[in-house]
Amino acid sequence: MTEGSSFTSAGGHGAVPTTDVPVDEGGFPGSQPLWEVFVRSKRGLSHTHAGSLHAPDAHMALRNARDLYTRRQEGVSIWVVRAADVVASSPDEKDAFFDPAGDKPYRHPTFYEVPAEVKNL
Amino acid sequence: MTSETADPALEQEFQARIDADDRIEPRDWMPAGYRKTLIRQIAQHAHSEIIGMQPEGNWITRAPSLRRKAILLAKVQDEAGHGLYLYSAAETLGADRDELLDLLHTGRQKYSTIFNYPTVTWADVAAIGWLVDGAAIMNQVPLTRCSYGPYARAMIRVCKEESFHQRQGFEAMTVLAKGTPAQRKMAQDALDRWWWPSLMMFGPNDDASPNSAQSMAWGIKRFSNDELRQRFVDATVPQAEFLGLTVPDPDLRWDEESGHYRFGEIDWDEFFTVMRGDGPCNRQRLQRRVAAHEEGAWVREAAAAHAAKQARRTQEVAA
Repeated sequence: MTEGSSFTSAGGHGAVPTTDVPVDEGGFPGSQPLWEVFVRSKRGLSHTHAGSLHAPDAHMALRNARDLYTRRQEGVSIWVVRAADVVASSPDEKDAFFDPAGDKPYRHPTFYEVPAEVKNL
Repeated sequence: MTSETADPALEQEFQARIDADDRIEPRDWMPAGYRKTLIRQIAQHAHSEIIGMQPEGNWITRAPSLRRKAILLAKVQDEAGHGLYLYSAAETLGADRDELLDLLHTGRQKYSTIFNYPTVTWADVAAIGWLVDGAAIMNQVPLTRCSYGPYARAMIRVCKEESFHQRQGFEAMTVLAKGTPAQRKMAQDALDRWWWPSLMMFGPNDDASPNSAQSMAWGIKRFSNDELRQRFVDATVPQAEFLGLTVPDPDLRWDEESGHYRFGEIDWDEFFTVMRGDGPCNRQRLQRRVAAHEEGAWVREAAAAHAAKQARRTQEVAA
């Protein structure tokens, strides 16, 4: 490992090598399922995606989520959902999927002209 | 997932999104090189966080007061958390958690050289918070605007927590620097030990970082190594002056014309020696990590057995 040839820097917590470092070799079946974590930061607000974690079951996932995502009172309620159970729209079908809303500006109040002298509308 | 073989139209769309300062999200098409670069960077960033628990963890049982002990415990727990945020971000790119840990444990992926230095006195713990976390913040704040959404979001969380790390370190350093002559000496010794390794954290000089240009074009890196290092020096030297401590660099001087501090040559041989594995604590750090993983195997097995038993019982009740 010498300067320039096999090493350049990248990384947040200090420089690390960017060449001669394998990234994906495959063949490691995950031992614990992945869970997505949603946190309600305070009463009156909805749950928001905070991140994900691994845990063997829902009970442990909740406890891990508490320790990982609410160490500073960031939440009053947590949901955990198996990542495998999340159904998502795919970006590949983005255009067709979201097109129906694209040509309907009349769904927004700004579409309508209101005479200047008319109030409270 | 769309194939990542070169497709000029997709590539153009991808780059246009980055150039518009928009974010790339996990299911978007991305060039194979972008994906690889990010997995490597995020994984090694995560490794740095969890290996970084060791030098400070070393002092938890010997912290000088209950207050300092509680603070240090919280900080080391945060480092574990930062590692977990980052491993999750790497997994959104298709990496596997167990595989990433294996790459760390077998020494094929690296972590920041800074964590291969020992914490010989309590003042080293203070110096790590002040200098090492200070340098990390300089690196990490621009990453909150990185083009890859999950990495940027993880960094926002990390940066919020990291500022407590730096402040508690500076506070602990202040207590020592304003204390007895023996405490002052401890503080100065720690600054002498950590100053240069902290400057090395920003990586080689710009002319020796050929991959940086690609990372910049991809919106992963926003400022060059030397730019960030300069910012760190400019921010930190006045703090050392406040403490009444001397930065161990005879060439350090304020340059009125440029408005920056000028500093001496970094010993890059030392940096590459430590990166290669021959730093003061490389072997010890990795052995400790592997031992923690192996000795924790029974906990993972017990948790899996418990989960399986609970699942069986739920099924029986339902039947």
